[in-house]
Amino acid sequence: MKTKQAVGPMEQLFNQLGSALMAELRGQESLALSFGAENSQFTRFNGSRIRQTGLVDDIGLSLDLIDQQRQASGSIALSGILQEDLQRVAAELARLRAEVSELPEDPYLVVPVAGQHSHSDQHAALLAPEQSGAKLLPAMQGLDLSGLWTSGRIYQGHLNSAGSRHWFASDSFVLDYSLLNPDERMLKACFAGTDWQQSEYEQSLQASAQQLKMLQRPAIRIQPGHYRAYIASAGVADMLDMFSWNGLSESAMQTGESAFLRMRSEGIRLSALFSLAQDFSSGLAPRFNQYGEMAPERIALISAGELKHCLTSSRTASEFGVASSFADDSEALQLPVMATGTLAEADILAALGTGVYLSNLHYLNWSDVAAGRITGMTRYACFWVEDGEIQGPLESMRFDDSFYHFFGDHLEAVGAESQMNPNVGSYGGRELGMTQCPGVLLSSFALTL
Amino acid sequence: MDLKRLLSQLDLAADWVGLRYVEEITSYRWVRDGHPQANQRDMTAGIMVEVLVQGQFAYYATTRLDSAGVQLAAETAVKLARDAARYSVFQFTTAARPANTGSYRSAFSQAEESVSPAALNQLLIRATERLKVSDKIVSSNAMAQIVRSEQQFVSSNGSDIEQQFLMVSADYSALAQHGPIVQKRSDSGMLAKSWQIGMEVFNEEAVLQRCEQVGAEAVELLSAEECPTETLDLLLAPDQMMLQIHESVGHPLELDRILGDERNYAGWSFVRLGDFGKLQYGSELMNITFDPGVEHQLASYNFDDGGARAEREYIIRQGILQRGLGGVESQLRSGVAGVANFRASSWNRAPIDRMANLNLEPGDSSLEDLIGSVEKGVYMQSNRSWSIDDYRNKFQFGCEYATLIEHGKLTRTLKNPNYRGISSSFWKSLKGVGDRSTLQVFGTPNCGKGEPNQSIRVGHASPPCLFADVEVFGGEN
Repeated sequence: MKTKQAVGPMEQLFNQLGSALMAELRGQESLALSFGAENSQFTRFNGSRIRQTGLVDDIGLSLDLIDQQRQASGSIALSGILQEDLQRVAAELARLRAEVSELPEDPYLVVPVAGQHSHSDQHAALLAPEQSGAKLLPAMQGLDLSGLWTSGRIYQGHLNSAGSRHWFASDSFVLDYSLLNPDERMLKACFAGTDWQQSEYEQSLQASAQQLKMLQRPAIRIQPGHYRAYIASAGVADMLDMFSWNGLSESAMQTGESAFLRMRSEGIRLSALFSLAQDFSSGLAPRFNQYGEMAPERIALISAGELKHCLTSSRTASEFGVASSFADDSEALQLPVMATGTLAEADILAALGTGVYLSNLHYLNWSDVAAGRITGMTRYACFWVEDGEIQGPLESMRFDDSFYHFFGDHLEAVGAESQMNPNVGSYGGRELGMTQCPGVLLSSFALTL
Repeated sequence: MDLKRLLSQLDLAADWVGLRYVEEITSYRWVRDGHPQANQRDMTAGIMVEVLVQGQFAYYATTRLDSAGVQLAAETAVKLARDAARYSVFQFTTAARPANTGSYRSAFSQAEESVSPAALNQLLIRATERLKVSDKIVSSNAMAQIVRSEQQFVSSNGSDIEQQFLMVSADYSALAQHGPIVQKRSDSGMLAKSWQIGMEVFNEEAVLQRCEQVGAEAVELLSAEECPTETLDLLLAPDQMMLQIHESVGHPLELDRILGDERNYAGWSFVRLGDFGKLQYGSELMNITFDPGVEHQLASYNFDDGGARAEREYIIRQGILQRGLGGVESQLRSGVAGVANFRASSWNRAPIDRMANLNLEPGDSSLEDLIGSVEKGVYMQSNRSWSIDDYRNKFQFGCEYATLIEHGKLTRTLKNPNYRGISSSFWKSLKGVGDRSTLQVFGTPNCGKGEPNQSIRVGHASPPCLFADVEVFGGEN
């Protein structure tokens, strides 16, 4: 992967539209612009055959206009053709200007302040879209693979009338897939990166195929109850994803909707083995937000079980009189990093003894927010283990347990090795970010159905 | 957008080509505790150019709407199709894109412009004030989302379709707190009140009256008993039946899931292709229809995004599975009868099988009859939590508000009501269905599925339904 300083056509388009709009501002108007674009290939596989394939070129610009303590916002699609897009953005500014004056005052709006700057433009050698079938499919033959190939470039930018200027662009690919055996036992895997290496891809796929053989034994059904459990990194990442929803948001905390309320109001702690931070040092997602502010590179959220910070936008800071951590308005985790512990990979089964080994979880939801209780399903390569030996794959079970237990008094050990779990979501557009975390060993985990 | 001109200008070596244009404007206004949180309008517009070459479809979706951009997109799509054709999951023909012409318009009384942004903000502010029925309400929210969508589809085999939609979602909610107890109540569950309708939905008197009830019920929940942990009769209100139908009938019957397309994401299904026409899915009281013609229901339309004409069909009749929720592509692949539900979330996503309007047909019991038939049970309303396994079998759902039923009467309010079950046995325990007077129509704009991910609109209408011997439980003390 290479970093380029030269301004590419997409950044040039954004800069030209930004300059034109800023020149149109009147009086006390403030304007913030957020640019988002992607050139993406999406190819779906079912049974190691191609189900659907295509390319998406999407470009959009968001405008936040502030005047007289009022704010109106809009976003429009761009064509990528400068003259046409200049007309579109001018029309949108006129629409916002007409609307903003009739809106009620917003006492907590965030006015752009004197600017910060950042620039990241990373290029990689990706597979040519019209060759992806020929490169990807041969190695899949003989396997039952379902999944999605995503490859291409993502752009994000910010400009505001106070002078902030940010640009982030990167190339990446990810093959997110499931392998199935004839008994419908499934294994989940992900091959992600920047520069394409054919041999690494083929080796990775072969390694997954080898792991699938572990699922050949007859499935084991267990009764609902409380079991010792090891939850591998991908499952822990699913749990941590829940913390972006009624979780570690200062706004959710202040309005009573956070599952972490008891940690603040009652001083409850999680296990001293559990620490979580938001950490941008990997560079996999931009640090700037829709106000042009830069989040700190690292912020401790929970340290040794103690709640230290919640993600706080400047809007929340303004409303509730707290300090901003320059989160965006969603106050969601973008790059969560959970601290590792001491449980070595080779010692996991022995430490588990008798219990369940859970590689992945599925369809999580809060079942009782105030109690921190989360329900979901086990999925993929999960096993019943006796005396440190895998006995066979586990039939899917529902769990319903509180993080106050599984990251609290039931957390026995934390894995010594951390894995990166890339964010493969694409609602609205390809998402950036990942969750870096180890697995966890629990003295008890509630399986309910 | 003159799609027919763009289509006629294409110079392409393909067996078929289609152009699908979507222009959508979403206005989103949100007030919390009397102050505006968002006044946002999002506009997206683009074309999906789709080609068929050597039995393989491929697409290129672009915001470039000029003829040069569309030509470039089409040529690139042809290259993708050729590359993929050696590994096609199925050799399609133009039969997968039936030629149809026609149009559709949402029914509404008041256009979006009839209520100004200022007036709508004032209504939402008053709604948050009305939700604060006591100082125990610590947060109140009012939200309105208005979507105007214009969709066109033309194809080289003669399709020419234009559909225009106006959709409104509204939500009003209150969070009540007393010490460590926190309870939230909304207007029938988050965004359940989503319809194809106009601004008449913002009738101030009706909105404020509803907000007062929502606020009062939030406060009432603070002192309510926990839902018991017991196996009981369960009566589900229409605003929870929406979720029950969606998760445990709609998704498992999508043919693309049964064919395995979603195995890496949303999951598979406990239903197999051989089950259609035979499987006893539920009790004889269970009648499910795919009905794209219900006026004001959120997912009504005349044509799906592959050009197929949409018709009402029974999916389950007297408990027996009749046909799948699959569009023409899935019908060709599976040999199973389906419906016109090959739908995309926007111009930048390829169509897949989505459930659209999926309704439970009314029975012959009044609500009083249903309650009166219960010796001990729980009446649950408004979804707040949902989770189900990848085969759509083991589920656990939670509701906002419940009432204990004892000796045929509603007695005490219950908080934190949850229930769990297994789809294949749960529907067989259906023992009472409300009559037409009890039927209510709901919808949601946020059904997630597909790779790449797509969030799409669905509608569900149902009367209240009574189920026997369900495992219900409350929250953690």
